[in-house]
Amino acid sequence: MSARAVWKGALKVGPSAIPVKLYAAVEDRKVRFHVLQDRTHSRVKQHMVRDTGEEVARKSFRKGFEVEPGAFVILKDDELNRLKPEESRDIQATRFVPHSALRNEWYERPYYLGPDEDVSKYFALVDAIQKTNKVGIVRWSMRGKAYIGALTTDDHYLLLIKLRYADEVEPARTLSAPEGTRLEPKELGMAKELVTALDGKFEPDVFHDNYRERVLTFVEAKSKGKHPRLPIVKNRATGGSLDVQLSRSLAAIKHNGEKKLA
Amino acid sequence: MGKRNLRRKSQPETGRPFWSGTITFGLVSIPVNLFPASRDSRVSLRMLGPDGEPLKRDYYSAETGKELESSETVRGFETSRGKYVTVTEEELERLAPDKSRDINLRVFVPSNDISRLYFNKGYILTPADKSGKAYRLLAETMEATDRAGVATFVMHGKEYLVAILAISGILRAETLRFHDEIRTPSDIGLPRPQKPSASSVEMFSRAIRRLTKKELDLEEMHDKYAEGMRELIERKHKKHQDVVESAAPPESPAKVVDLMEVLKQSLGPERKLKRAG
Repeated sequence: MSARAVWKGALKVGPSAIPVKLYAAVEDRKVRFHVLQDRTHSRVKQHMVRDTGEEVARKSFRKGFEVEPGAFVILKDDELNRLKPEESRDIQATRFVPHSALRNEWYERPYYLGPDEDVSKYFALVDAIQKTNKVGIVRWSMRGKAYIGALTTDDHYLLLIKLRYADEVEPARTLSAPEGTRLEPKELGMAKELVTALDGKFEPDVFHDNYRERVLTFVEAKSKGKHPRLPIVKNRATGGSLDVQLSRSLAAIKHNGEKKLA
Repeated sequence: MGKRNLRRKSQPETGRPFWSGTITFGLVSIPVNLFPASRDSRVSLRMLGPDGEPLKRDYYSAETGKELESSETVRGFETSRGKYVTVTEEELERLAPDKSRDINLRVFVPSNDISRLYFNKGYILTPADKSGKAYRLLAETMEATDRAGVATFVMHGKEYLVAILAISGILRAETLRFHDEIRTPSDIGLPRPQKPSASSVEMFSRAIRRLTKKELDLEEMHDKYAEGMRELIERKHKKHQDVVESAAPPESPAKVVDLMEVLKQSLGPERKLKRAG
């Protein structure tokens, strides 16, 4: 089985260019619904209308930015096109930084880069990135949009992760933590014990999208004319002071002699 | 992707939390509000008619051409071409019992164990309902032990795998992709790794070292397209060029508030925020 490349380009690191293909590393598996008319169960259509409900034809649409309530600055297509980046096939490495310089809130969407023709150069770069233990910052533009990404490796292949823009990430760093009375050493001790008791490894394959699976099973049953019973949503009750909750939790763990609390 | 620019923001910044619920670890429960950590850098444009009148998207029946109210529509899952099973909001809600309001942290993992492939969207959690103490306790403990809590939970009709992390006393929720959403190099059919020549590895290593800096250059990480658009809008607005005013009253404009202000307030000592429904 093989996937189709999304895009082709040349990865430029220093004086060297490596021909690469870009592949999506993730696929969205969300259950998708259509909007139907309730009586006929037929698909509905969408159009753009004025406040009066009157339809407007696509060719007379204009795009505007609301500068004041009800007032728009019109942006014409050619004005918007002029702001777009120049066409290019280059993925340019602008710098390399230690992994600690790029926190996880920057990451948005991963792609694999695969070799295109020059296989040996490709794997030489993989080795060099792993040996130097750095992450590259790269820029490229694809289909009229400019992107910034992180160049790293995964399992001996190049990984390109599309990054968020600085103005999406930086403001959250100015927040300060909630303040309050000092935490009791006893509570901190118990909380640490609790976290340690629940210590484990990140095993992504043990987590399943059970909800997605239940929705799909439910839909399948319904399509066969069945009406599966559904549980009633109930809220759980909790109580007691923080102190009591912590010691009860620890007691429960010790009692069960296992790490998982149901 | 381009199309999304033209739509109105799906999440107008009204200052209300995106989700409210309870983080539990052991029997400790922490009511929290969840806000998106990153705002959208894009400039959202409005679709207008020829005279600059704001337009809205409307559903209509393909058969009769008649406009449809949202109460006349229903969600349908396509089981085979042109055949649908309808599903109500209530059914979807009931398919997700217990999980709807809880993030139950059953396992804590070393923070660096989670591969970057998994990170999807980041959120900031703020304490709700006087949960400040338990909130701070969890944050401080996770930071001290360098652990992230992992759980699944349901938000707005979808199940999420989530990592709860603490950074400088603030709890963050990072939604993670599920394992079956990640492709492997062999799924894609990438060629087997080859042993490269030592000289070309050295050549690239030298190039990397030459390009190495301690920090990011935030200047190069801006959305130049959005910045260009903002400048253009401002220029035209000042010169009063291509500015149209719609005669029709604007549809109840959602009050736009600064997300960061809301977060500062909800992390601060006084919290007057309403919880999301």
